[in-house]
Amino acid sequence: MSELTEIVEQALQAIEGTDDLKALDDLRVDYLGKKGKITDMMKMMGKLSPEEKPAFGQAVNQAKQAVQQKLSERIEGLKVQELEAKLSAESIDVTLPGRRIDNGGLHPVTRTIERIETFFGELGFSVKQGPEIEDDFHNFDALNISEHHPARADHDTFYFNPKLMLRTQTSGVQIRTMETEKPPLRIISPGRVYRNDYDQTHTPMFHQVEGLFVDENVNFAELKGILHDFLRNFFEEDLQVRFRPSYFPFTEPSAEVDVMGKNGKWLEVLGCGMVHPNVLRSVGIDPEKYQGFAFGMGVERLSMLRYGVNDLRSFFENDLRFLKQFK
Amino acid sequence: MKFSESWLREWVNPSISRDDLSHQITMAGLEVDGVDPVAGDFSGVVVGEVVECGQHPDADKLRVTKINVGQDELIDIVCGAPNCRQGLKVAVAMVGAVLPGDFKIKKAKLRGQPSFGMLCSYGELGIEIESDGIIELPLDAPIGQDVREYLDLDDAIIDVDLTANRADCLGMVGLAREVGVLNRQAVVAPTWEAVAPSIDDVIEIDNQAPSACPRYLGRVVKNVNVKAQSPLWMQEKLRRSGIRSIDPIVDITNYVLIEFGQPMHAFDLAKIDSKIQIRLGDGEEKLTLLDGNEITVPNDTLVIADNSQALALAGVFGGEYSGVTGETQDILLECAFFAPLAIMGKSRRLGLHTDSSHRFERGVDPELQHKVIDRATRLVLEICGGQAGPVVEAKADEHLPQPADILLRRSKLDRVLGHHISDADVTEILERLGFGVSRSDDNWQVTTATYRFDMAIEEDLIEEVARIYGYNNIPNVAPVAALSMPLHNEADIDLKRVRAMMVARGFQEAVTYSFVDPKLQQLVHPGSDAMVLPNPISVEMSAMRLSMFTGLLTAVGYNQSRQQNRVRLFETGLRFVPDTDAESGVRQQAMLGAVIAGNQNDEHWSMESKTVDFFDLKGDLEAIIGLTVSEDEFTFKKASHPALHPGQCAEILRNDRVIGVIGAVHPSLEKPFGLNGKTIVFELELDALLHASLPQAQTVSKFPANRRDIAILVDEDVSAGNVVNLIRKVGENQLVGLNLFDVYQGKGVEPGKKSLAIALTLQDNARTLEEKEIAEMVEKVVSELKTEFNALLRD
Repeated sequence: MSELTEIVEQALQAIEGTDDLKALDDLRVDYLGKKGKITDMMKMMGKLSPEEKPAFGQAVNQAKQAVQQKLSERIEGLKVQELEAKLSAESIDVTLPGRRIDNGGLHPVTRTIERIETFFGELGFSVKQGPEIEDDFHNFDALNISEHHPARADHDTFYFNPKLMLRTQTSGVQIRTMETEKPPLRIISPGRVYRNDYDQTHTPMFHQVEGLFVDENVNFAELKGILHDFLRNFFEEDLQVRFRPSYFPFTEPSAEVDVMGKNGKWLEVLGCGMVHPNVLRSVGIDPEKYQGFAFGMGVERLSMLRYGVNDLRSFFENDLRFLKQFK
Repeated sequence: MKFSESWLREWVNPSISRDDLSHQITMAGLEVDGVDPVAGDFSGVVVGEVVECGQHPDADKLRVTKINVGQDELIDIVCGAPNCRQGLKVAVAMVGAVLPGDFKIKKAKLRGQPSFGMLCSYGELGIEIESDGIIELPLDAPIGQDVREYLDLDDAIIDVDLTANRADCLGMVGLAREVGVLNRQAVVAPTWEAVAPSIDDVIEIDNQAPSACPRYLGRVVKNVNVKAQSPLWMQEKLRRSGIRSIDPIVDITNYVLIEFGQPMHAFDLAKIDSKIQIRLGDGEEKLTLLDGNEITVPNDTLVIADNSQALALAGVFGGEYSGVTGETQDILLECAFFAPLAIMGKSRRLGLHTDSSHRFERGVDPELQHKVIDRATRLVLEICGGQAGPVVEAKADEHLPQPADILLRRSKLDRVLGHHISDADVTEILERLGFGVSRSDDNWQVTTATYRFDMAIEEDLIEEVARIYGYNNIPNVAPVAALSMPLHNEADIDLKRVRAMMVARGFQEAVTYSFVDPKLQQLVHPGSDAMVLPNPISVEMSAMRLSMFTGLLTAVGYNQSRQQNRVRLFETGLRFVPDTDAESGVRQQAMLGAVIAGNQNDEHWSMESKTVDFFDLKGDLEAIIGLTVSEDEFTFKKASHPALHPGQCAEILRNDRVIGVIGAVHPSLEKPFGLNGKTIVFELELDALLHASLPQAQTVSKFPANRRDIAILVDEDVSAGNVVNLIRKVGENQLVGLNLFDVYQGKGVEPGKKSLAIALTLQDNARTLEEKEIAEMVEKVVSELKTEFNALLRD
């Protein structure tokens, strides 16, 4: 029996001293394999008396189990060590930048137009587009601006010929819409417009959003209400808003709308008014039955105020260092 | 229109401050653009008289003077002005005076002579009058009076930006009327002694165009001294109205222009042959204008002529020949009412815009002419002397505008404003405006005034009522409308979604001008005609774009010359293609354009730095096409485009219609656009892109899928797209996946051939495919490829 104890001692020591899975397996074969040292002990059973057998058998089984357990523990331990080593080797610097596709961004003009579309879209205004090369009927005549009207001179129009021009306002879209659709109408028309003027505060192309609401009782107080709400929503501020009488051939009464700037000065941001009966007549709408309001705003102006852009021309240089500020 | 606040206050003087006045008229629709002082900030300057003026003993250019400022003793002042002389009334800055720029006047010695003050020029007092030397005040200027007070220099120049409908305010009379209305205050007009004729001289007026000129007044004034000096008060009022003093006759006509808004003209009577004719130009006659330019008078343009020739462009510009000169002795004063329609557009077409045409084309009070010609005559007699004849009038009553009679309905007023203004307020406002008002039932019958020629329809009165009532006194009300649900076609792709996808893929949106440099555009679209602006800002901005390419490539060059080498830009907008079939002869098509250049990625610690190529942008384009859920409707076909690399260019087709183009920019364009290497562009028609198929769900197969890879050898000019299409056709429903995963040329592949490796995924919805079926399918694919493309299976 002391021999068995000795073998077990030996085995346990050998297992303890091994840190390699292959060697451990060799040890297993050495001790527990078919011809292993402990397996061999079993073979001695035959020489024992029946009284001695159970005790001996039990002792050998215990020895096997002890060695087996030691082996398992050791293998498990080594596997854990191995995994730990592997994981440790796989450690990375998590602060390094990822493989990203850098976000682009919308042009501030588009961003502003989309914002305006959202405000009015939620009130049921639909967005309409139209041609930018426009005829004199849609750009002027239908808007109550006759051929020699002094207002035509104020427009610095880019003419191709006396009948064809780059639109000076998106109002032509309103005319086109009223030609094909009947009231009630709620539309806004954003887009490029053109004036022959180029300096610090003018670019020959800029963007407008115009709105039109025609129904039986649409009125001036409602025009004031909607624009007041719009400006406060757009700037997200309870800013002061004032309506000032003005003149546009296509609206009457007409108004310009100013907001109080941070410098305490009034800034003009909008023109608006009740649609002139001649405009309704020119598209076959009875001005005794229907009336409406229209408004127009300069997108660049609003963008400049909103985002602190101080040079109008930067909108059209397409300098990435400028554009990338709008994510 | 610029005007002097003091002058206004002579007419009507409400007790409100300058700022309040500005605000008040702005809020009435006469927008104040600026308020400027008429002189610099100074004090301690008084009227003095030069009692003695002698030569400085030690300086040629200096004079030693003794000045009387009304004190016990005369003051010694050394003065360098050449016009300094004895007897002159001058502006004296006394010791202790402070001139503009905080310049303090102290006792001084000039070349040994003591000087106790300074004689001032206009410039030194911050008054914008061009003159050499010191101010020469009128001889009756009271000695000792403060100059600020004497010249009324605490006045301000108010600049109002008048809208086209308010020509009635292009004169003091109208501005005063407006301020009177706003402040409920009576207006006090200037008065003068009417001129009774002292001679009988008249000139015949032959009015051949009575509808264009319903009223024409002429008056002869003989023996005028045109060399007289306009009085300082008149010069100052003109200056404060932005008008320079010229000579007394011009000054007087300008003065009444500002005072009453009525343009006038003066002819040299001696130059007029027999009589005045008012007629249209004959289309050929020449007329040299007062500014020396010769024009040919168009045949629809009104002229004032005599028996021999055209003398002046009626209501626009006088002629040189008949103008008043230094030798003129007798004049003919003209004061007319020209119909706006006769003047509108005429001056602009000739490139002329004058104070006179500005008023006539907008409108002038048709009842004002008699008053104004008398006012002007009185001023001529006062300043230049002479004898006036009787006023001769040619008048066509039937063409003279009459004040409008307009019915203002209570119901309409309330409906338009959305706010009820009381009867009393409405009546009072209309009466304040000088209109005749009578009530009938619930309405107002209004007779407007000749000076408010902008009043024609009911809405005009509604605006007047609202304006005087105050827009800001009308409440802000939330609009009321019937809720109606708009159509939303799910298969329409919102442009916003396309933009959002471009942005998510790293593109920055650009907005380039719709007009481009025709030279650059010709490089991109050689031989294509673009619409050209006849009067552009500059030649570089004169051709309407035929595609997005010119603008986008210019933007790439702009950025790359500013160290921004990696560029990813897109733009949406119209292109303008001449097309006789389209409205207005131009097809205005909404396009999506994009450009990439530089590296695929910003430099990165674990990614390869690689310059972009065709397939980078094609991948972006395919992602956009993917939005349509109908990718199989799209094909790419090798094509050529003058701006693109001949071997790297494709047309984009949807259902066999070309809707766009993609390719690498032709190397020959790199230099003119300033491109730094490889640049890829695409452009496609948005209308053709923006409709999708609705997703139609298919049952997902429960049976296993089988992948089989094949590698085939084909000629290198066989396009992969065709190979893939054929396989798709052969595979029918069982082919659920098809992926071309390798293209190879080189070792092991004979020259002129290429190897394509393709993964086929086969699956059936109803059963597990047997090995035999799979093998048959692969075999069928290979055999079709062989037939169609002479493809060989690679081992």
